[in-house]
Amino acid sequence: MPDASQPPIRTQKLSVSVETGTILHGIDLTVTDGEAVALLGANGSGKSTLIKAMVGIVPITSGSAEIFGADITAARRSVPWSRIGYVPQRLGPSSGVPATAVEVVASGLLHNRRLRTGRATRKKALEALDQVGLADRAHDSVQVFSGGQQQRVLIARALVRDPDLIILDEPLAGIDRASKEALARTLARMRGNGTTVLVVLHELGELAGMLERAVVLRHGRVIFDGLPPSAAPGHDHPDHDHVHAHADTAPPGHTVPDLRSEW
Amino acid sequence: MAFLDALMAMLASPLMQRGLLVAVLVGVSAPVMGTYLVQRRLALLGDGIGHVALTGVAMGWLAGSAAGLTPHDVLAVPGAVVAAVIGAVLIELVREKGKTSGDVALALLFYGGIAGGVLLIGIAGGTAANLTGYLFGSISTVTSLDVWLTAGLAALILGIGLGLRPALFALSHDEEFARATGLPIRALNILVAVLAALTVSVSMRVVGVLLVSALMIVPVAIAQLTARSFRATMTTAMVIGAAVCITGLSITYFYRLSPGATIVVLAIGVYAVVALARPLFARPARAKDPHLDAEDDVRLQEGT
Repeated sequence: MPDASQPPIRTQKLSVSVETGTILHGIDLTVTDGEAVALLGANGSGKSTLIKAMVGIVPITSGSAEIFGADITAARRSVPWSRIGYVPQRLGPSSGVPATAVEVVASGLLHNRRLRTGRATRKKALEALDQVGLADRAHDSVQVFSGGQQQRVLIARALVRDPDLIILDEPLAGIDRASKEALARTLARMRGNGTTVLVVLHELGELAGMLERAVVLRHGRVIFDGLPPSAAPGHDHPDHDHVHAHADTAPPGHTVPDLRSEW
Repeated sequence: MAFLDALMAMLASPLMQRGLLVAVLVGVSAPVMGTYLVQRRLALLGDGIGHVALTGVAMGWLAGSAAGLTPHDVLAVPGAVVAAVIGAVLIELVREKGKTSGDVALALLFYGGIAGGVLLIGIAGGTAANLTGYLFGSISTVTSLDVWLTAGLAALILGIGLGLRPALFALSHDEEFARATGLPIRALNILVAVLAALTVSVSMRVVGVLLVSALMIVPVAIAQLTARSFRATMTTAMVIGAAVCITGLSITYFYRLSPGATIVVLAIGVYAVVALARPLFARPARAKDPHLDAEDDVRLQEGT
């Protein structure tokens, strides 16, 4: 069993190559317990690939990735998967077989030692949907949901297992401002409970106030690791030349523990 | 009542009793695997496996006649099971390797399966005509051994297909997430492939290799027109599958029609009727606005 004192994430010389070239070049990254880290970079810098490699979706070419001290390639079975919540960017295209929000969220209760859901499944799934403000649509098919609603379902699917580490892939992309702010509150609350947060972002946006460390990738290498760049225009973020329309709406250090206000 | 008498006569016939029993078992279990395959966009996988199963039939035949067993085809169904399982696992391994060559590999299995079957049946001293029963089904000639075999395989398919539904749903719905959540993806993928192969082998007796996928897919296609949840889709498909199998087989007791073709045409007919009638029975639009009451990101007026 992995040691409880091990860091939630540690990669050593992690490289990922595909037929067309090398996407990640020897990434060394350690995220310690309770940290809230932003993984930033331009499109194609390798940030999504990095987190996909960390959770075992993308095969690692060389080097290693450890989750709570367990190597995800060499010791996949002993990784404490139930402690990790992963939120992908989007739900894939629908195949036409309907599935309700509760059914999708309930699949977040499964892990390597659990192939069936238990008795409290429904209650837990409804609670997770309530946290993202979708309790009233729990029994509707996710096929008819908007992009933002589908993403909340994906967040609920990660929350339902009550993770110690949550990894999110571009959670701010393509959702409205109220949803972004509500996501910021949810993550701030989780952080308050000691959950480690790793979030892939294009820009800090609404999450600026709760992130304490930024790791910036460029061309598959870490080029910056330190305090998050200031949210004000003119920061040294590699692609900062867009207008920060809502930079003023996320005052740093805001602590809003109110869980389920207006999503 | 002449119709009721005829129905009672049908139910009294041991041949029809066995046939109906097999039809119900197949009708209920085929859509279970069909639901997972449709959800994974592998609706045609059953066809590929069916073609490979035909080679298995011929291999069983060859082995049976080589061993001097009296009905030459006593090993045909076991041969189909073995070949279908091997073929399904091969297809799964190819699929896992990469998507680009997957459909070509599937095509190779299709053609290889049919050609191998015809070739081997010739070597075994038969003709392609001997394969007709397997190509189009031969439910009217099921033996009690067939019934036991079908019951055993159906129990396995239903037991695993329903018992592991949460994990199989997670896998079929979002394979990347299932991997990131720690589920044993490869084992589950192979399990699905093997169960699909067993389903094909079982259904082969009823509708034949060429129509085998229809029993897995068409009831699901009908169910997903009406259901809102995955669970309801699967349950509805099972009911529809059993209903069309029983009805289709019963029709062929009264009219000289091919049972397999009748069942499939009936199922597609139900699909057409449901698809056309659905708008008439659609539940009225929700009273409340389905849109979120979210603040607009777009400011219509400056200076708010």
